[in-house]
Amino acid sequence: METPLTEHIRPGHPSPDLAAYQKLGGYQALRRALTEMTPTEVIEAVKDSNLRGRGGAGFPAGLKWSLVPSGDDAPRQRYLVCNADEMEPGTFKDRYLIEGNPHQLLEGIMLAAYAIKADTAYIFLRAEYTCSERTLREAIAELFAENLLGDNILGSNYNLNIHLHTSAGRYICGEETALLNALEGKRAVPRAKPPFPPQVGLWGQPTIVQNVETLCCVPHIINHGADWFKGLSKTNNSGTKIYGVSGRVKRPGLWELPLGTTLREIIEEHAGGMLDGYKFRGVIPGGASTDFLVEEHLDLPLDYETVAAAGSRLGTGTMIVLDDRTCPIAMVHNLETFFARESCGWCTPCRDGLPWIEKTLSAIEEGRGVASDIDLLHQHSRMLGPGRTFCAFAPGAVEPLQSALKYFADDFEQHISEKRCPYKHLQS
Amino acid sequence: MSPEERQEIEHEIACYPYKQAVCVDALKILQKHRGWVSDEAVKEVAEILEMSPSEVDSVATFYNLIYRQPTGRHVIHVCDSISCWVMGCGSICEHLKKRLGINMGETTPDGRFTLLPIVCLGACDKAPAMMVGKTTHENLTPETIDALLEKLP
Ligand SMILES: Cc1cc2nc3c(=O)[nH]c(=O)nc-3n(C[C@H](O)[C@H](O)[C@H](O)COP(=O)(O)O)c2cc1C
Ligand code: SF4
Ligand code: FES
Repeated sequence: METPLTEHIRPGHPSPDLAAYQKLGGYQALRRALTEMTPTEVIEAVKDSNLRGRGGAGFPAGLKWSLVPSGDDAPRQRYLVCNADEMEPGTFKDRYLIEGNPHQLLEGIMLAAYAIKADTAYIFLRAEYTCSERTLREAIAELFAENLLGDNILGSNYNLNIHLHTSAGRYICGEETALLNALEGKRAVPRAKPPFPPQVGLWGQPTIVQNVETLCCVPHIINHGADWFKGLSKTNNSGTKIYGVSGRVKRPGLWELPLGTTLREIIEEHAGGMLDGYKFRGVIPGGASTDFLVEEHLDLPLDYETVAAAGSRLGTGTMIVLDDRTCPIAMVHNLETFFARESCGWCTPCRDGLPWIEKTLSAIEEGRGVASDIDLLHQHSRMLGPGRTFCAFAPGAVEPLQSALKYFADDFEQHISEKRCPYKHLQS
Repeated sequence: MSPEERQEIEHEIACYPYKQAVCVDALKILQKHRGWVSDEAVKEVAEILEMSPSEVDSVATFYNLIYRQPTGRHVIHVCDSISCWVMGCGSICEHLKKRLGINMGETTPDGRFTLLPIVCLGACDKAPAMMVGKTTHENLTPETIDALLEKLP
């Protein structure tokens, strides 16, 4: 089984420096692109590979790049932005990629920037990742020192600057248009769409925002080709995926596996199964803002379409396991507390709806719930659904809620009829 | 504004086509030197970036890690997001509150510690986690917390 993204990552050891990365074949894709390929050919290669965004939404990367206006009257200034905000609760994969092999990411950024003819790239890094910051600063400095960044890279007449921006901590900054406002130094609320960033982005110029893991795939696609990349997956999606598991399992962690690996294999084999004394009850498969999957879904291959057909989302591919001794309502309450706190407050349904949801869940959990609360929660889930808010934050926020109402209906009812949480005595 | 602070801000300005872009960086720079961002600091940033103080404050108040009030020497941010919650961050918070004798959002009377919640630190496979200053600590237990706190001046 091939693991192109992680094969040179050795946790606990320093990441490969520029010389080591080059010895491992690093920057050959960049060399090849700059000397043998036009930017359009790079876009075509990525399009052919069927690479989809790994930051949550799964949008095809090559297609997005081809939306950047080209031609003589197109804006000359374009930007490439690497989204390294990674604040989705339960998600810790981008940090592993950055700290484990920073040059792989930088090469991906350079290839993507070349493809859209951007001369400036920004990495938007969350504030708390101070190790990632150090690693990236050192790696970028190495590139400038070797003239692999700056003017006339590898004698190709292509110029590129990469600048690292560290944020100051706010989940909504990961939403790509909020991120652009954040980079511009404005209050980081999302922008109305359309226009979309590939046309009107950073300072009004065409901008591509791409997740860390997505960009890390690009050098390998250029090196080995689209067919090879497609073949990495177990289903008709392409590539590998960094899957992660946290919660009460024996070996929480991350694994690079073929896209389309089953939920059962990930939890039982790679994560070692549940801790002794705990049973699997459900999982949110792709970070906090995805719908629960339950036992009946264990044999589903985790790829974009299959997870969507099961009513959830692959999201970030880093899952949080619910065990049988943890109260599902309390779990959803924790998630909605997070969302209520992190809502940017720009639009009313989200700003007012989430605290209401949070308080209702809190009442149910504490045995103060009434029967009509269930309807209320259903109603809120609809009110915050897709198309009613400025950004995808609110629809994401109600995903775990709406699926909990479906799969854990008995738990909700028991809390209300017994006026207490039946799990309280189970918690250690 | 000290020459050092000014120089660091100027250095950031050179990386962007517009001055305003460094608003967050400038706030972080002043906070690094002064511990927190006072009304005075907001005004200074506004002046150097040619923004209005209220624009700068709308940015300053947006972020979890810009402190608009004085803090203790060490700010302890305990992750209370989902994976840490499943793994028992509730008892970690209780332990910290009891040991420090303060609630979330408060500073110890000796000015040593401030206790704040924070969202997922990206250490979910090593939950529960917390960040003290710039360092993330993982797989927390009351014992490891006590050992850690003792080492901090
Ligand atoms: C509330 C919210 C938070 C997000 N946070 C992140 C994030 O931290 N990192 C990320 O890569 N994408 C995040 N996204 C998705 C981005 O908006 C965007 O789709 C993504 O960066 C595009 O890159 P990709 O296609 O490579 O995934 C978030 C979206 C929403 C609605
Ligand atoms: S949905 Fe929520 S996070 Fe998104 S713009 Fe509206 S208030 Fe802000
Ligand atoms: S949930 Fe606490 S570190 Fe991710």
